[in-house]
Amino acid sequence: MKLLTCPLNGPRNISEFTYGGEYHPTPDHQLVTPREWAEHVFFHDNAAGVVIEWWCHTASSYWFLAERNTISDQVIRTFPADEIFNQRVEFNQPASSGESN
Amino acid sequence: MPFGLLKYGLSSEYPAEHHFTPATELKKHYDVVIIGAGGHGTGIAYHLAKYHGITNVAVLEKNYLGSGNTARNTAVIRSNYLTEEGVTFYRESVKLWQDLSNEFNYNVMMENRGQLTLAHSDAAIRSFRWRAEVNQHLGVRSELIDRQQIAEWVPNLNMSEDSRFPIMAGLWHADGATARHDAVAWGYAKGACERGVELHQLTEVQDIEITQGRVTAVKTNRGRVECGCVVQAVAGASSVVAKMAGIKLPIHSYPLQAMVTQPYKPILTPHVSSPHVHVYVHQTSRGEFVIGGGSDPYPLYNTRATLDQRESLSAAALELFPFLAQARMLRQWAGTTDMTPDYSPIMGLSPVDNYYLDAGWGTWGFKATPICGKTMAELVATKKVPEIIKPFELERFYRFEQINEAGATAASH
Repeated sequence: MKLLTCPLNGPRNISEFTYGGEYHPTPDHQLVTPREWAEHVFFHDNAAGVVIEWWCHTASSYWFLAERNTISDQVIRTFPADEIFNQRVEFNQPASSGESN
Repeated sequence: MPFGLLKYGLSSEYPAEHHFTPATELKKHYDVVIIGAGGHGTGIAYHLAKYHGITNVAVLEKNYLGSGNTARNTAVIRSNYLTEEGVTFYRESVKLWQDLSNEFNYNVMMENRGQLTLAHSDAAIRSFRWRAEVNQHLGVRSELIDRQQIAEWVPNLNMSEDSRFPIMAGLWHADGATARHDAVAWGYAKGACERGVELHQLTEVQDIEITQGRVTAVKTNRGRVECGCVVQAVAGASSVVAKMAGIKLPIHSYPLQAMVTQPYKPILTPHVSSPHVHVYVHQTSRGEFVIGGGSDPYPLYNTRATLDQRESLSAAALELFPFLAQARMLRQWAGTTDMTPDYSPIMGLSPVDNYYLDAGWGTWGFKATPICGKTMAELVATKKVPEIIKPFELERFYRFEQINEAGATAASH
């Protein structure tokens, strides 16, 4: 059994967790071009080495971040998302153009 | 050649045939450098040499010939996909497979066993009906079959209605087949090397030189090599190699594990897969049961085997074939699969001039080997993207025109 330490629930079996993808900053959705948005959605660094990525403790729906080595599969540390996300992000600003399609 | 075989059998020495002569010195310049000597890389080299007369070609391999996913896949050949682009592409590949042993005079032990995909829900039956219609329309043999027919064709399958996920129907794909995976790389490499292509094993590409948006050379652990163009065919390492050329790809590398039992007498003819219980099983001509399933739950550049996956594969395999409870496991292994968001490959041009991509092969690369060799060689030789691989270009992601084959995997991931 491989353990992952949830910042909220402590060490748990890794089968209790869901991998949530690489962490990278979200581009400003008001200003971003479709090309940049496609890159944000689909493209990945997929680095071989230490990466920061999203994980979710499925049973408690708690999302957090982990630093993990993608070659040795060692988890270096896990930490709550508010280490990075310490400001409120407003998504409900009026869009500059209509979103009809 | 029965006389040759007889002579060989009666000789006292059993001389081994050398398949190819490995190249020794790296030249300063090659017209084409292919990174990765798996089925795809050697297939491209073979087609370049045989059909396009391009022989100043080096295939660079950091390990040994066919040591990556060519040796690690579970050797399933099929074309029962869902999209027009996908079905057409894999259909052409299956056609090439049929004649592959003759093509390079090397037995790949192609066996047309058929493939049976199982439905355990109404939703799966609906999607199978859809796939069967699309397949038939495009000339691929697929049909929906009922429980009675399944029980007749695969008598060892657990057809109990009291199981956790009773089998409701099946998608029968008569074109499904299997072949000896190593032999594909060996056959292509042999044919390519006989025509002047150089295969350099233990030669790792460490950097790629780009001058004014155009690839000019690769740096290896054995020195620098100038090149007219580069094709990367490196499966799990696609992102890492592309990054050397400054290219970012929509790929995540996940391990995919499989395992095999000891050999038993022939008891199972077709390839049986169940996307619902995440497993597929077939018996090789040697008698081993090959058991595969979904990818690991998170990305990793490592081919270790885990107990978790072994447990889940075993549980799922036993659900379909209870008699496997008596079987002894021989080995378990993993390959690193380069998964794309739409479960279709990334082939063709890249943002760098003269740098061609053959990537994003995830769990579907083996069956595409011959068509890849053919079309990628055509692209390199003519600089024109063949129509059949046009839909798989990297640019599709920028246009939000994915080719969704997620529903057509043998065991959903």
